[in-house]
Amino acid sequence: MSDTELIANPFLETDLNVSAKRTEKLFKILFMLMAGLLILPVLIILTTLVVKGGGMLSFDFLFTNPTNGMTEGGIFPALLGTVWLVGVALIISVPVGVAAAIYLSEYAADNWFTRSINLAIINLAGVPSIVHALFGVGAFVIFFGFGTSILAASMTLAVMTLPVVIVATRESLQAVPPAFREACWNMGATRWQTIRRVILPNSVSGILTGVILEVSRTTGETAPIMFTGAAFFIPVLPQSVFDQTMAMSLHLFVVSTQVPHVPEGLPYGVALVLIAMVLLMNSASIALRMYLRGKKKW
Amino acid sequence: MDMNTEESIDAAVGLAIHTDALNLWYGDFQALYDVNLDIKKGRVTSLIGPSGCGKSTFLRSINRINERLGYVRIEGAIDVFGNNIYAPEVELVQVRKQVGMVFQRPNPLPASIRENILFGHKLHNRERKYSRDDEDEIVEESLRQVLLWDKVKDNLRRKATGLSLEEQQKLCIARLLPVKPSVLLMDEPCSALDPKGTAAVEELIWELRGKYSILIVTHNMAQARRASEECIFMLMGKVIEHTNTADMFVTPQHQETADYIEGRYG
Repeated sequence: MSDTELIANPFLETDLNVSAKRTEKLFKILFMLMAGLLILPVLIILTTLVVKGGGMLSFDFLFTNPTNGMTEGGIFPALLGTVWLVGVALIISVPVGVAAAIYLSEYAADNWFTRSINLAIINLAGVPSIVHALFGVGAFVIFFGFGTSILAASMTLAVMTLPVVIVATRESLQAVPPAFREACWNMGATRWQTIRRVILPNSVSGILTGVILEVSRTTGETAPIMFTGAAFFIPVLPQSVFDQTMAMSLHLFVVSTQVPHVPEGLPYGVALVLIAMVLLMNSASIALRMYLRGKKKW
Repeated sequence: MDMNTEESIDAAVGLAIHTDALNLWYGDFQALYDVNLDIKKGRVTSLIGPSGCGKSTFLRSINRINERLGYVRIEGAIDVFGNNIYAPEVELVQVRKQVGMVFQRPNPLPASIRENILFGHKLHNRERKYSRDDEDEIVEESLRQVLLWDKVKDNLRRKATGLSLEEQQKLCIARLLPVKPSVLLMDEPCSALDPKGTAAVEELIWELRGKYSILIVTHNMAQARRASEECIFMLMGKVIEHTNTADMFVTPQHQETADYIEGRYG
């Protein structure tokens, strides 16, 4: 009996365990706090916008022209202008980006040419948007002679977002298992037949997601459009891609800093609509991806 | 006397594949050395040998799928039914049509069973429009040949990727048939299957002999023995022995062959 008492139980907690546990807890809480901090700006921004700008929202605000030196009235020309700018940018960047990604993923051999294209994509993604803006002025407004117009602004946006489309498309093409390609080639299918019949149908969900992501990014851009096609104030709606237009992002900048005597709620209202457009498209993207994933065939 | 009758039979049977001093390099590494083989029409011929002996490389050069790697260099000729498939005027698509290939892991396309069967057919018959009835007939005929028809005839719209591995592998064989290939290459077609599936696919291979010339690479000597009529033993890029399967496993002519089939290396 005394023997068993003399031998200490090896499974009991020691001082070392206690301190290790305390450190463990400390770090866990620290990391959790940092992760939690992320939500804070989103919450603050959204609450502020809704509280201060929510009152502005009405049918008239969305669908009428600004009046009285932009201190009253609605935002319709800016709203429609953003739709124009984003739409035309998409029409340009999606075909180019998807085609480029197909080349890189399905045709290109690993050589200096491919590597330099990849390098160009990475660098294009890293160019600051104000540099893109000045490039747009030089190339599209002046050199190609489009003037400050929707076309010039959208092309600038397209160049800027091309890397997103290419990378997203390439990733979703490469997610298609190589065994499918092998199966097709072995039956004598050409690369294009393989791409059209097997690879594209099976990667369309990823491509669409990338495209929508691009849209939501393009919507908020200000710098690339302010010198190339977006205008301070135009009371008429654009009729073609060669017209200038107002845009949501620039309008927000203008009513916040450039115009005197703007009622306090107006910029918040504009910001709220802008952010709602982006969130709406992001949720559409997520919903679409979930729907198409559910339909995926393997 | 015996030899004579055998040779006359061989002559009557004809050759599916004939290679002449075939050498193949991956970059600087030589994978095949002077391979001279005559593979008979309508027979099942198995290729055995330890890993890295060149058997898969040889198989893959018969439908020219190796070339995709880019750094492969080939010397010599491979005649398929008397025509050199490496001749400059040869169209790759036509080679692939004549020489079908089945892989280790079944690779059905992510589409229905019916679409899988018709995929190759549609690729190679784009100039003519086939009616639904014609297509149905092709699907049935191909699935019957691989002993799969009774099992899937009511679910032709089902996704092929939902089938069992054995059924998938049979489907992968079936989808080659509508374009009427003359040679079927099989690269360890049973290695992803369970014993029951293996037995079923071997039975199918046996069933297809005569109609197609079948070349099958296998690691499984028992399989070579069960499912092939002729057997080729390769070692380090060279052909060591090529005889009737029965002879190879009973009276191998070379010490290396004997050692390998007795399991002393491999």
